[in-house]
Amino acid sequence: MGKAELPLHAPGTQVDRGYIGQSVPRPNAARLLQGRGAFIDDLRFPRLAHVAFFRSPYAHARIKKLDFSKAAKQKGVLAVFDGPTVAEYCKPWVAVLAHLKGIKSPPQHAIAIDRACWQGEAVAAVVAESRSQAEDAAQLIEAEWEELPVVVDMEESLSGKTVIHKDLQDNICFTREHDTGGVDDAFAKADVVVEDTFHFGRHTGVCLEGRAILADYNAAEHSLTVYQATQAPHMMQDIFSRHLGIPEASVRVITKDVGGSFGIKVHVYPDEMATAAISVIMRRPVKFVADRLESFLSDIHAREHRVKVRLAATKQGEILAFDMDDLTAIGPYSVYPRTSGIEGNQVVNLTGGPYKHQKYRGRLNVVFTNKNVTCQYRAVGHPIAVALTEGIVDLAAQKLGMDPAEFRRKNLIADDAYPYTFPSGIKFEKLSHHKTLDKLLDVMKYKSLREEQKSLRAKKVYRGIGLAAMIEVTNPSPAFYGVGGARISAQDGATLRLEPTGMVTVMCSVTEQGQGTEAIFAQIAASAVGVSLEKTRIITGDTGTTPYGGGTWASRGAGIGGEAVLQAGRALRSNILDVAAAILKMDKQELDLSGNQVVNRLTQEPKMALEELGRIAYFRPDTLPMDFQSELTVTRHYTPRQYGFTFTNGIQGSLVEVDPDTGFVRLLKHWCVEDSGTVINPMLADEQLRGGVVQGIGAALYEECLYSPDGQLLNGNMADYLVPMSGEMPDIVCAHVETPTLQSQLGAKGIGEAGTAGAPAAVMNAVNDALAPFGARVTAMPFTPQRILKALKKV
Amino acid sequence: MEHALDITLTVNGVEVGRRVAPRTHLVDFLRDELGLTGSHIGCEHGVCGACTVRVDGDIVRGCLMLAVQADGCKVETVEGLSDSKELARLQKSFHEKNALQCGFCTPGMLMAAQDLVRQKRKCTREEIREHISGNYCRCTGYQAIVDAIDEVVNG
Repeated sequence: MGKAELPLHAPGTQVDRGYIGQSVPRPNAARLLQGRGAFIDDLRFPRLAHVAFFRSPYAHARIKKLDFSKAAKQKGVLAVFDGPTVAEYCKPWVAVLAHLKGIKSPPQHAIAIDRACWQGEAVAAVVAESRSQAEDAAQLIEAEWEELPVVVDMEESLSGKTVIHKDLQDNICFTREHDTGGVDDAFAKADVVVEDTFHFGRHTGVCLEGRAILADYNAAEHSLTVYQATQAPHMMQDIFSRHLGIPEASVRVITKDVGGSFGIKVHVYPDEMATAAISVIMRRPVKFVADRLESFLSDIHAREHRVKVRLAATKQGEILAFDMDDLTAIGPYSVYPRTSGIEGNQVVNLTGGPYKHQKYRGRLNVVFTNKNVTCQYRAVGHPIAVALTEGIVDLAAQKLGMDPAEFRRKNLIADDAYPYTFPSGIKFEKLSHHKTLDKLLDVMKYKSLREEQKSLRAKKVYRGIGLAAMIEVTNPSPAFYGVGGARISAQDGATLRLEPTGMVTVMCSVTEQGQGTEAIFAQIAASAVGVSLEKTRIITGDTGTTPYGGGTWASRGAGIGGEAVLQAGRALRSNILDVAAAILKMDKQELDLSGNQVVNRLTQEPKMALEELGRIAYFRPDTLPMDFQSELTVTRHYTPRQYGFTFTNGIQGSLVEVDPDTGFVRLLKHWCVEDSGTVINPMLADEQLRGGVVQGIGAALYEECLYSPDGQLLNGNMADYLVPMSGEMPDIVCAHVETPTLQSQLGAKGIGEAGTAGAPAAVMNAVNDALAPFGARVTAMPFTPQRILKALKKV
Repeated sequence: MEHALDITLTVNGVEVGRRVAPRTHLVDFLRDELGLTGSHIGCEHGVCGACTVRVDGDIVRGCLMLAVQADGCKVETVEGLSDSKELARLQKSFHEKNALQCGFCTPGMLMAAQDLVRQKRKCTREEIREHISGNYCRCTGYQAIVDAIDEVVNG
């Protein structure tokens, strides 16, 4: 069988996988290692102007007057703009989606008009020859404000005593109730009912590179080139086009190196839209880079939830039902264009996800507040759903006197039960909960850890072991956004071109922010075509050159973009063999491609170097038959459609030690067993898991955006907002089960968000396991020493 | 006109003279005046370590030192230590172990790691973690970075 002609997961065959499954280093990492990357702030442009924003100091206030006279006179200042001026060039937006029934949000402008609704909302823009001149001048803007009532607390918001947006009648952005029926019955019949309330702190992405955009309007062509640190260049192209009134084909979005994104850089930000509009107004390149302090105030936040959950079980330990009520606050606007209803919606979809109960009720209220906006951030909704599920599952196991691992084994959906429809309505193609559980218990040596825990407790050392099983959304179909009317592509494309020298250039619509996307595309392309890895060059992040596609979000890059590359690679290989057959006057079926050579399929004897084939095809086609035209550039696209999402599963384990005198948690070790289908590059896959786990640990132990009662962010800097640093982090052991998706030839599912989805729950359960001898329990993340000491009744 | 001072310093082996505003940070000077964009700006308040450079042999935060304070000093950045091959072993190890994802923290991380390498002593993983605990990486979870440094320091 020739290289890569069958699905990689074809049963009963030995498919040559080439580089797929190998831990090759990333070819594009070399420039980053020498400080020769190209982040937005590294670009140098003639006549570049810099924007700094004057932001609201109040959480809610009417703008009575803005006086720019002093600011405008400062050295280097080119212009100062208010909301109405920018609005003449940039249409406002309303972030709703048709499939989130009833979701509402007010129109939002690039720069606030009349009223600021959170501390940090941009209300004016100063443009100057340098950033420091712009910042200096912004301080000289004189503003008069009328303070308005502030709604900070989400319960208060829900009560509707003070309505933030009068036109919307109440503070409810979105509400949903899902009910299978029979839930109350199940609880009435249950032998055991457990109930708890979990609180999730509002936190944020803290990408090391702040949000960055450099917009370069060409007045002669009425065209706009935008260099932007974004995960979705084509989505942004569409948005710049529609909101700035420039034909789509005249907008080009270029994404070079991006310094971390994690979902932060997939949204439309008012200050970035204002920067693009200002480039149009001023007919010159304009740059905005969010500094750290304004990143805390204006990058999306995420995950402020209060969830009440109940679980019903039999005395034999069979889970009968989940009943869940989630309240989440999203700030004053739903974020464009994905909306801020998705995170809560995911919590409703995913709660109880790994288990085989049939009765489920989930209620959701998404409310407005006068804090910074929240939206989709790495693992959207999963950390909440997994933590509340796994937290209540542990509580049930404790009440039943069952080991948490055994309780899970009893209730996890069987590995042979697929395809499976979960009570929330989501469908699973094929998961492997039991295999991943067995593997986890094996790699973490669960039994001996329990024995060690017991013996250490006798010595007053309090260790805890926490488990967290999970399901995750990956490879989303158009059902995620497209069906709701969002112009966000669920399909992606890859163009492969054989160069005359035998190199293969790959252009793909999925972008790279360090995950290793370009590396895996090189692996897939080289394997599919039959060339060595160093013969590939990858181009991503440019709407002017790549096929159209969605970009990087929802763990879709490998599964969707990778499949497009595979399909294009196979098509190119076939076309190359057509050329080879014409040159060699042989039957195409007798030929194959291997190691940069056309070879005899049976004997593997080299027949012709690709370089020679390229020379003839491009420079001496006169020597080929009259009716033959070589086609050495091919494009293929891929859209997952069979399932709404290609769910993955996994399970994590955490080992911690809690000091009952100080409340400090020491992370001793963490394990993650993940089934993300075909693993293309194990080293990069493990890196995605580890990075994700550490981000999840941040949520569990350190990170929270703290607000005062009047809506002031109290810890909006890196000294006060704690992120995980190397000193406190544990080593993380990763292992894989591979259940390929049969929807694609590649069989890859997503992996980028798994770590973040499960780690908070695993750490929470470990902390509570350590606190169990004291009868103490924590359920409000992050688990700070203060909260732990409070649970221990020591403060 | 803002008061400005003349400074002369050696950057990556080359003597440079400029007139700078006293408030200009060293890292802004390196990036904006000299075009050395390898040193990154992550927080501008001394926490993240992305702007770590070497001044007269010691690593410093480029955002906590003023350019005028570097007058007469020998400044080295990731570009210089890449060209001189001083960072070559670390860069190879980082590459092989994928001790970077987005690469934004990487120049600062390498400068901090090289500071440990120059101490020419064996280190435990905990000591390596401690040494880079002032350098924030959001992507990797740090383990591959520790592995990469471990190989160079103890290999």
